[in-house]
Amino acid sequence: MNMPKQPDSLILRVTGHFLLPLLIMFSLFLLLRGHNEPGGGFIGGLVASAAIALHLFFTDVQSARRLIWLDPRDLLGWGLSIAIASGVIAMFSGLPFLSALWTELTVPMFGMLKIGTPLMFDIGVYLVVIGTVLNILLSLAEAEEA
Amino acid sequence: MNSAVALQTTLPILIPLISGALSLVLWRSRQLQRGISVLGTGALMIASVWLLLSVYADGIQVMYAGNWPAPFGIVLVADLLSSIMVMLTGITGLATAVYSLATISKKHEHYGYYPLMHLLLAGVNGAFLTGDIFNLYVWFEVMLVASFALLILGGERAQMEGAIKYVTLNLVSSAIFLSAIGLLYGLTGTLNMADLAVKLADHQDNPMVQVIAMLFLMAFGIKAGAFPLFFWLPASYHTPRVAVSSLFAGLLTKVGVYALFRVFTLIFPLGDSLTRDLLLGMAGATMLVGVLGAAAQFEFRRILSFHIISQIGYMLMGLALYTPLAIIGGVFYIIHHIIVKSNLFLISGLIYRLQGSYDLKQLGGVWRSHPMIGVLFLIPALSLAGLPPLSGFFGKFIVIKAGVEAQQWWLVGVALLVGLLTLYSMTKIWAEVFWKELPEGAAAPAQQRGGTSLMVITIVALSTMTVLIGVAAEPVYKLAEHTASQLLDSQAYIQSVLGVN
Amino acid sequence: MSTLLATAVGVLYATAIYLILRRSIVKLVIGLVLLSNAANLLIFTSSGLTRYAPPLIPEGSDTVLNGIVADPLAQALILTAIVIGFGVLAFAVVLIHRAYEVVKADDMDQMKDTDT
Repeated sequence: MNMPKQPDSLILRVTGHFLLPLLIMFSLFLLLRGHNEPGGGFIGGLVASAAIALHLFFTDVQSARRLIWLDPRDLLGWGLSIAIASGVIAMFSGLPFLSALWTELTVPMFGMLKIGTPLMFDIGVYLVVIGTVLNILLSLAEAEEA
Repeated sequence: MNSAVALQTTLPILIPLISGALSLVLWRSRQLQRGISVLGTGALMIASVWLLLSVYADGIQVMYAGNWPAPFGIVLVADLLSSIMVMLTGITGLATAVYSLATISKKHEHYGYYPLMHLLLAGVNGAFLTGDIFNLYVWFEVMLVASFALLILGGERAQMEGAIKYVTLNLVSSAIFLSAIGLLYGLTGTLNMADLAVKLADHQDNPMVQVIAMLFLMAFGIKAGAFPLFFWLPASYHTPRVAVSSLFAGLLTKVGVYALFRVFTLIFPLGDSLTRDLLLGMAGATMLVGVLGAAAQFEFRRILSFHIISQIGYMLMGLALYTPLAIIGGVFYIIHHIIVKSNLFLISGLIYRLQGSYDLKQLGGVWRSHPMIGVLFLIPALSLAGLPPLSGFFGKFIVIKAGVEAQQWWLVGVALLVGLLTLYSMTKIWAEVFWKELPEGAAAPAQQRGGTSLMVITIVALSTMTVLIGVAAEPVYKLAEHTASQLLDSQAYIQSVLGVN
Repeated sequence: MSTLLATAVGVLYATAIYLILRRSIVKLVIGLVLLSNAANLLIFTSSGLTRYAPPLIPEGSDTVLNGIVADPLAQALILTAIVIGFGVLAFAVVLIHRAYEVVKADDMDQMKDTDT
C-alpha cells in the first residue's frame, strides 16, 4: 500500500489522545452498569475496542500493541476462562451451570455493593470482545503495513 | 434437581470450552496445548460415555441452565439420540486430537488450531444437547465460526475459494433458520422445543406451520448437505488439513441431520405430510447425485466428500420413511457413518504422508509397500459400500428393509444401486492407490516428520470400532431401537422437560 | 405499521439475494449482512408490534407486572442474533481481505478451482 504510515491530521491526533482515556472510562462505566440497566460486557468491550481502534488510526500497530500491553490472545483466553468460571462457581454449590449467585458487601465510601457471578460473566465477555476485535483489527492492520 | 444430572449433561459442553480457554491462555506453549488437547478430548469421551450410560439406564436427563424452570429458561436435554451423538463427537474428537499431534504444523498451531478445535467440539455438543430452538441456532453459529476459521487456517488459494462458498451458503442457511425461528416465535410465543411441540398441536390447520417446516427443511438441508443444497460441501471439504477435513466430515453435516431428526420427530412430526414426500425425494436424489459425483472424481478427498453427500441420503431416507424400523436404520447409519467417514479421511492423510499427493493418478503401489495400510483401508471402504459383516451392511440393510416394508420401491432401487456405485468408487481408489504401480514422475512425499505411528494407531482404533459395530451389531441395534422408540414417542420427551402433563 | 415493516423485510431480503447473486465478493458480503438484518427485522415484526407499556418494574416496587406489556424476549433474541452477526461479519471481512490478497480478484468467476 502506498498510504502514508501516519496520516498527518492534527485534529485527529489531538482529539484522539484526549478521547482515549474518556472512551475507556466510558466502557468501564457501561460494563459495571450492566445487568439491571442498559450496558454490559459486550457493549462495553465494543466501546473499549473502538477506543483502541481510534488510537490505531493515528499511530501504528506497534504503538497500539504497546498501549494494551497484553497480547489480544491473552485477553481472549483469560476472558473466556473468567466467563466459564463464573458459570462453574454455581456448580460447586450444587446449582446448575450458569446459576446466578449474589453476595452483598459493604465498601467504605460507596455503601452497599451487590456483587455476583453475572458481573464476573460480564467482565469475561468484556475481555473476550476486546480480545477478538483487536485480534482481527491488529492482524488486518499488520497485513496492511507489511 | 439432582446435581449429578446437571453435571453430566453440562460436562460435554463444558469440557471442550474449558480446554479451549486453557489452550488460549497457554497459547505460547505448544507442548501444553497439545497435552490439553488430548487430555481434554479424552475427558470429553469419558464424560460422553458416562452420559450415554446413565441416559440408557435412567431415561431422559434434563438440565435447567441458570436454574430457570422450563419453558422460560434454556434447557439442556440428553435423550438417547443426543447422547449417542455426543459420544460419537467424543470419539471423533479424541481420534482427531491424537492424529493432529502428528500432522498439524507449528504454523497452524501458532494460529490457534487447538482452541478452534475445542470450540468446534463445544459447538457441536451444544447443538446436540440443547432443548431450545434459539439456543440451537446459537450453537450452530459457534460451531460455524470455529469451522470457518479452521477451514482457512493456512491460507492457501484453494482454501480461500472453498471458504467463500462454505461461508456464504452456511450463512444463508443460518439466515433461513433464524427467519424460521422468528416466525415460529411469532406464532407460538415460545422457543422451548418441548413446549413448541405442545403449542403447535393447536395450530395443525394453520398454513404457516407448513411454511415454517419448509424453512427448517431448507436451513438444515443446507447444513446436512442434502440435494439440491449440497454444493458448498465438495467445494470446501478437501481444502483444509486432513485432521480438520476428518472432523468436519464426521461431525458437521451430521449436526444438520441430527437437527432434521429432532425437528421432524418432535416439533413437526412427519406423518403423511407434504414435507415427508419432499424429504423422500430429497433422500433419493441426495444418494444418487452424491455417488455419481464421486464416480467422476479423481482426487482422494473429493471422492470421499461426495460420498458424505450420498451417505446423508441414507440417513434422510431413514427419517423420511418414518416407520420405527426406518428410524432405527437411520440412527444405526449415523453411528456407523461418523466413524467410517472420519477414518477414511484420516487414511487419505496417511497416504499423503507416504506419497505426497491426493491425486489418484499420482499415487500407486501402496499394497506392495505397505499391505497393512491396504487392510486398514479396506475395512472402512467396504463398510461404506455396505459389505457384510461390516457396520455399513447393517445400516443399509435396516434402512432398505424399512423401505421395502413401506413399499417405496423406487427409493429402495436407488438405495441398492447407490450401494453398488459406492463399491465402484471404492474399488477405483483401491485399484489406483493400492494395486497400480507407482507412476513415473509421481509427487515426492513431503519431508518426513515423526509421529506416523500415532496416525496409524488412530486409524487402527477407528477400524476396530467399525468391525466391532459389524460383529456386535445386536447391542448397537438394541440401542438404536430404544432411540427410535424415544424419538417417535415425543410425549416422554415433553414430560421430562416440562414436568407433569 | 406491520405492513410497512413487512414490506421493509421483503425489500431487505430481495436486496440481499440480489447482492449475493452478484459476482463481486464485496457485494456478496454486503448481501449477507443485509440478509441477517432482514432476519432480525422479521423476528421483530412477527413477534408482534405493540403499543403496550414496557416490561419494567419500578425500582423498589415488589409487585409483579400487571396489565398488558410488550414482549422483551424478541428483542433479546435480536440482540443475540446481532452479536453473532457481528462476529460472523468480522470474520467475513477478514476472509475477503485474505482472499483478495491470494486470488487478486474481486470476482467469483475467478474462483472456480475447487468447483469441478
